[in-house]
Amino acid sequence: MEAAIPPLGETFGGFLADFFMKITKKDIEYIAHLSRLEVDDSLVDKFADQVSRILQYIDKLKDVDVSGVELMAGAALSTNVFREDIPHTPPGPEITLANAPEREDDFYMVPKAVG
Amino acid sequence: MQFHELTLFDARKLLDAKDISSVDLVTALLERIESCDGEIQAYITVDEKGALASARKADERLANGDSTPLLGIPVALKDLLCTKGLATTCASRMLEGFVPQYDATVVEKLKESGAVILGKTNLDEFAMGSSTENSGFHITRNPWSLDHVPGGSSGGSAAAVAARLCTASLGTDTGGSIRQPASHCGVVGIKPTYGRVSRFGLVSYASSLDQIGPITRDVRDTAIMLNALCGHDPRDTTSANVAVPDFTAALDEYETQGLKGMVAGIPKEFLSVKGLDSDVEKAFYHSVKQLESLGVEVKEISLPHTDYAVAAYYVIAPSEASSNLARFDGVRYGYRDTEAADLIGMYKKTKSKGFGDEVQRRIITGTYALSAGYYDAYYGQATKVRSLISQDFSRAFEGCDIIISPVAPTPAFKIGENVDDPLTMYLTDIFTLSTNMAGLPGISIPCGHGKTGLPIGFQMMANRFDEMALVRAAYGLEQTLALENCFPEM
Repeated sequence: MEAAIPPLGETFGGFLADFFMKITKKDIEYIAHLSRLEVDDSLVDKFADQVSRILQYIDKLKDVDVSGVELMAGAALSTNVFREDIPHTPPGPEITLANAPEREDDFYMVPKAVG
Repeated sequence: MQFHELTLFDARKLLDAKDISSVDLVTALLERIESCDGEIQAYITVDEKGALASARKADERLANGDSTPLLGIPVALKDLLCTKGLATTCASRMLEGFVPQYDATVVEKLKESGAVILGKTNLDEFAMGSSTENSGFHITRNPWSLDHVPGGSSGGSAAAVAARLCTASLGTDTGGSIRQPASHCGVVGIKPTYGRVSRFGLVSYASSLDQIGPITRDVRDTAIMLNALCGHDPRDTTSANVAVPDFTAALDEYETQGLKGMVAGIPKEFLSVKGLDSDVEKAFYHSVKQLESLGVEVKEISLPHTDYAVAAYYVIAPSEASSNLARFDGVRYGYRDTEAADLIGMYKKTKSKGFGDEVQRRIITGTYALSAGYYDAYYGQATKVRSLISQDFSRAFEGCDIIISPVAPTPAFKIGENVDDPLTMYLTDIFTLSTNMAGLPGISIPCGHGKTGLPIGFQMMANRFDEMALVRAAYGLEQTLALENCFPEM
């Protein structure tokens, strides 16, 4: 089970939080965990400060009235893309596994996944 | 004139006339790389052997009377494009030693057209940056002034063309990464319409914004490169199945019809941006005058949501990046940390050691913006603002053919100047990233030099799939400006 998102903006709560989204060290550690990153202790404070400043800037998006506006997820032509379902020969394990950091026979090897 | 100074067009003529061989050209460029790239460091990998072998093949074909548009022409590729059998690093420790098993579609197309691949150029790691200082290997220096950045993220590709270390190159542009370095290095760079060029084999940063395009010495070479690169590719579902014109015909259109009757819009919001350098402003209005002298009607237009573009972009791009870069997990390719005993630990150590700071910062910002409880407020809101930005452009293009602006608020900045301040670095993308948001084409061409001698670029944007208007107008301006001093002394 993932832990619930910890309260953000511990330093600036309530009303002020709308104007200054302060990301804490704890926030960075939690988000890093979700991203499967292990942020070095020496970097956590720096990241917390930089990401806070970025989010503070991004907060201006709240000023835009978007009522009734459709979201735009991409810039591709809005047409469905179909193709014939024709089987192709797969490239085979030698090509597929050519860059594997560790392999055994035709399998990728990874550290223990289940405790 | 020395071989390395030749434009693509001139090299083509000499190759076809058998006045030079591809081996001559490639050898001259390899020698130039040997003597100059120690200082510039535009390349990550130079494929000397492969390039000479391709050049010899090209010469055989030329001897048999064969000719294709890029036959024997040496090009460099941003190291974010997969090249079969040739290391592709994305300027990241994460992909050190990675050798793709296939070519990106654009690489296939260049090879089909006869191009010789000289090597792979430096970039900000995974294209995240505006200065090429975020490369995991080394910085690249601006050929006009070695203590300045070349721009980014395609800084290696732009510096290589400017320093005459290749005849033309490919870059990629997610928020200005072709146009801004082209501007800072005094060369021509175009970001085609989203979908115009296949992204298959391009390592994804922000898939809805990324686009590949050429960087060249002049506009004619850009047209020739576009002809080779554009077209539908079933392997990229966002690739547009639309007709591809002969882009060199736009040059003839200018020669026969000029630019009379063309309408160019200047977005008033762009020119009121804080921090716009006076030399950039001066060079911009000088070019506007030249366009007017060619019969272009110039008028003020409005893109009302400009002020929100950077904020929306820096939600959308990191969000897509956090998803795209999840694939680098140490299992199938690239770097793997061997310290951790369990799988999650291996993922974490691999990513943290493999990715540089800026990449980790964007993954964290993106993951945050997409996380439960914040998705609507950040990603949802940003994609709606993106709609409004796109609608602003659609309305503007009802009244004009092209939109013109500076490329960047200042000429190239000094190495190290913005490196600890990501937000300031992000704000330098203000003039370029709206076109990526809307999926539009944009070109940067040199339009002068600032007091310090650094080049300044002029940007033109057009409606979707109207690169013809860009090539025609850019060629017209280039001919009229007739800039001298467009080759850095090295």
